[in-house]
Amino acid sequence: MEKKQQEKTAKIIELIDVCKQFDGLSVVENMNLYVRKGEFVTFLGPSGCGKTTTLRMIAGFDMPTSGKILLNGEDISNLPPNRRPVNTVFQKYALFPHLNVFENVAFGLKQKRIPTTYVDKNGKEKIKNEKIPKSIIEEKVKKALEVVDLVGFEKRSISTLSGGQQQRIAIARAIVNEPEILLLDEPLGALDLKMRKEMQLELKAMHKRLGITFIYVTHDQEEALTMSDTIVVMADGAIQQIGTPEEIYNEPNNTFVADFIGESNIFTGVMPKDNQVRFCGKSFTCVDSGFEKDEPVDVVVRPEDVTITAYEDGMLKGKVTSVIFKGIHYQILVQCGRYEIEIQSTTTPKVGESVGLIIQPDGIHVMKKVFRVNKFTGVITKRNTVEFGDGEFDCDVTQLYPNSHLDEDGYLITAKGEKLDLTDTEVNVEVGLHDITMSDNLEEGGAQGHIISLIYKSEYYRYIVRTENEEDYVLACEDLWNENDLVSLSIPKDKIRLSLKVSEGGKQ
Amino acid sequence: MTNTKKRFHFSRKLLAIPYGLFLILFVVAPLLIVLYYAFTDDAGKFTWEYVRLFFNENGEGLIGFLKSYNFKTIMRSLFISFMSTVICLFIAYPVAYIIANCKLKNKSTLLLLFIVPMWVNFVLRINALKEFFVWIGTYNKSDAWNIVNTIIGMVYDFLPFMILPIYTTIIKIDKSYLEAAKDLGATNAKAFLKVTLPLSKAGIVSGISMVFLPSMTNYVVSNYLTFRNVKIIGKLIDDYFMGDLWHDGSLIALLLLLFMFLVTWLTGDFKQTEQTNTRGTSLW
Repeated sequence: MEKKQQEKTAKIIELIDVCKQFDGLSVVENMNLYVRKGEFVTFLGPSGCGKTTTLRMIAGFDMPTSGKILLNGEDISNLPPNRRPVNTVFQKYALFPHLNVFENVAFGLKQKRIPTTYVDKNGKEKIKNEKIPKSIIEEKVKKALEVVDLVGFEKRSISTLSGGQQQRIAIARAIVNEPEILLLDEPLGALDLKMRKEMQLELKAMHKRLGITFIYVTHDQEEALTMSDTIVVMADGAIQQIGTPEEIYNEPNNTFVADFIGESNIFTGVMPKDNQVRFCGKSFTCVDSGFEKDEPVDVVVRPEDVTITAYEDGMLKGKVTSVIFKGIHYQILVQCGRYEIEIQSTTTPKVGESVGLIIQPDGIHVMKKVFRVNKFTGVITKRNTVEFGDGEFDCDVTQLYPNSHLDEDGYLITAKGEKLDLTDTEVNVEVGLHDITMSDNLEEGGAQGHIISLIYKSEYYRYIVRTENEEDYVLACEDLWNENDLVSLSIPKDKIRLSLKVSEGGKQ
Repeated sequence: MTNTKKRFHFSRKLLAIPYGLFLILFVVAPLLIVLYYAFTDDAGKFTWEYVRLFFNENGEGLIGFLKSYNFKTIMRSLFISFMSTVICLFIAYPVAYIIANCKLKNKSTLLLLFIVPMWVNFVLRINALKEFFVWIGTYNKSDAWNIVNTIIGMVYDFLPFMILPIYTTIIKIDKSYLEAAKDLGATNAKAFLKVTLPLSKAGIVSGISMVFLPSMTNYVVSNYLTFRNVKIIGKLIDDYFMGDLWHDGSLIALLLLLFMFLVTWLTGDFKQTEQTNTRGTSLW
C-alpha cells in the first residue's frame, strides 16, 4: 500500500551531490537523496553526523558548498529561506519572546503577499501584491491552534507557556503557512519522556491529516522507528542506509547501522561458502550469499533472535552472567568462551546456569567488513606488555593517559602525579593492516598462526592469519606466502594503539 | 544582627553596610536637605514663596512664566538633550549592530575603539573640541552655532553610553529568532524591523536614559564650547547656588529630579528593569 502510493507521487525534494564544508572541514559529503511528496522522512544519526546541516541546507540557512538542491525539479540551492515554500520547527522553538501566541503564529501570514490582478483607472490590467486580509489571518491562526489543541491561548505571552505548549505553538507557527515541506529539527529533544511519546504519536497523526511532507531530524532511534515512512541513517556526513524502519532494523547495511538502531551482538566472522558463516568458533547456517571464499565479515545478531535452550541442544554453550528485568523482557548476558552474547527473552535462567543458545538462519545478518584496522580486546600484563589475539606484545602503555610516564618499578605516573598499577587492565587494541609483519622465525613475533586466506589486492596481498584459538589477524604484505604456512607475527611497539575499555554489555 | 546575644557571625547582609552608609550620607541626606531648602525661608519656616517665585517671577501668572528666563533655559536644555539623544541613537545603533554582527572573532577590540576616548580626561577632550571649533571658525560665532556646538559636544561625550547597552542587547539576541523570521517569509529588512529592533528595545531605552538625563545638566560642555553663552538647567542651578540663592536653587534641583522621574517612567525603564535583568541584557 505504502509502496504503491510512493510510486505514484513525485519527488518533492532532491539533493544531488551536496557537499558542505565549514572552514575547510567537511560536514556533509556527496549527499544524494530524494524525498517523495507526502512522505515522513527522518534523518537519523549521532550528533555531528551532518543531519542538522542537511536540514539547514534544505531550509536555506546554510548554502551547500557544492551540489544542487531541487524542489519540485527546480534548483533552489541559492534561494534565501524566505523564498522557499518550506517551514521549520526549531530545536529550541525560537518563538519570538516579544510577541504573544497569536502574533507568533500569524507572523508568517503577515509577511505573505498575494499577487492579485486588478484593473487600474486607465483600464489596464496590473498585478499588485496584496496582504492577506485580517479576517483570513485570524481564521487560519485559529485553525492552526485547533490542530495543536491550543485554542484560547491567543493572548498569552510566550514566557507563560510550558515547554510542551511552546512546542505546539512552534508547530502551529510553521503549519499555518501551509508549507510544501515541514522541517523539524529535533523538536522533541527538550520534552520529558512521557510528553515526547505523546507528541510522537500526535506528530504522526498530524502528518497524516495535513498531507504535508515532513522531514524530521533526530538522534533517537526509537523516535525514528515510531514515526517515519523512510529513515535516512547518517554518520560522518554520509548516508549509511536509506530504507523503511523495518528494512533498517532487519537488514542493516553495516555494523554502524546495526549498532545504532536497536541492540545488537556484533561478531567478526568468515564466510567459508554461501549460506554458511563461521563466528564464535562455530559454523552457522545463514541466508546470506555472494561473498568471496573465506571473506572476513561482520555478523550481527539481534538479542531477540537468540533463543535459550537446554545446554546439550545449544549451538553455542555458555554460562549466564547477568539477568536484568527490562519490563517486557529480560536482558540476559551469556558468556560463551571469550564471547559475551546479549539476549532478550521472556524466560529467566538463573545467573551461573549453563545454557545452550540457538540462532536461526534468518536471525543472522552477514555484512561485508569494512577493513581499516584489526581490533582486539586485550589485557595489560605485569611486565607492561599487552596480551591480545592469542599473543603477547610489547607496547607503550603511557598512551592510555596523556603526559604520563613510567617509573623505574614499572608503575604508571599520570600527568597529575597519580601512581597507577595497570596490571589486568582491559584495553581496546587497534593495529593497522600494514603494521603487522610476518616471519618464519617462530620465536621472533608475539603471536603465531596459520595463513588461512590470501587475496591479491594489486599492490599487496591481504592475508588472514588465524591463531590456534581462532583469533584472526588481517595484514597486508607485498611478499607472497603460501596458504597454511605457520608464521609468527610482530608488531612495532609504537604501532599498537591502546585505549581504555569502557565496559558495554553485548558488544564485543 | 538584631539578636546581640548571638555570637558575631559574618553574613552576606553585612556586605550591604558600606553601600547603606553611602546611600544615607550621599543620597538620602542631600535629598532631604534640598527638600528642606526648597520649602523654607531664611528663618527656617515652611513657605511656598520659592515655588511662587519660580512660576510667577514677573507677577504675570503662568503666561509670564512662559516668557521667563527660567522657562527658556528649561526649554533650551530639553532641546539640546533631545537632539543629542536622537543623534546619539542614530549613530550608536548602526555601530552597535555592525559590531555585534561582524564575523570578527575579537569583537571586544572593535568595541574598545569606541570606548577608549572615555579614558581620556573629559575636560581635556572638551577643550580639544573647543580648539577645533575655534579652528574651523564656528566657536561662539552665533547663538545658533553655540547650540549646535553644544549638541556636538554632548554627542561626542555620551556616545559610548548609548553604544554599550545597545551592543549588549543585540549580541544576546539568539540567531535562531532571525532564522525563524526569515523561514516564515520575512526579508532581511523585515526580520530586522520585526525581530532585532523590538528585541533590542531594552538596550535602546537604557541608552536613552544614559544620554538624555545627563545631557540636561552637564553644563561643563556648554560652558567650554560656547564661552558660557548657552545656559542649560545644570548651569541655572549652579548660578543660583553661586549667588547664595540656596532656596531657589534647591527648588529647581527638585523640579529637575521630578522631571527625570517622569522621563524615566515614560520611556518605560521601570517596567523594563525586571525583564531586562532576568535576561541579563541591561549593562547599566
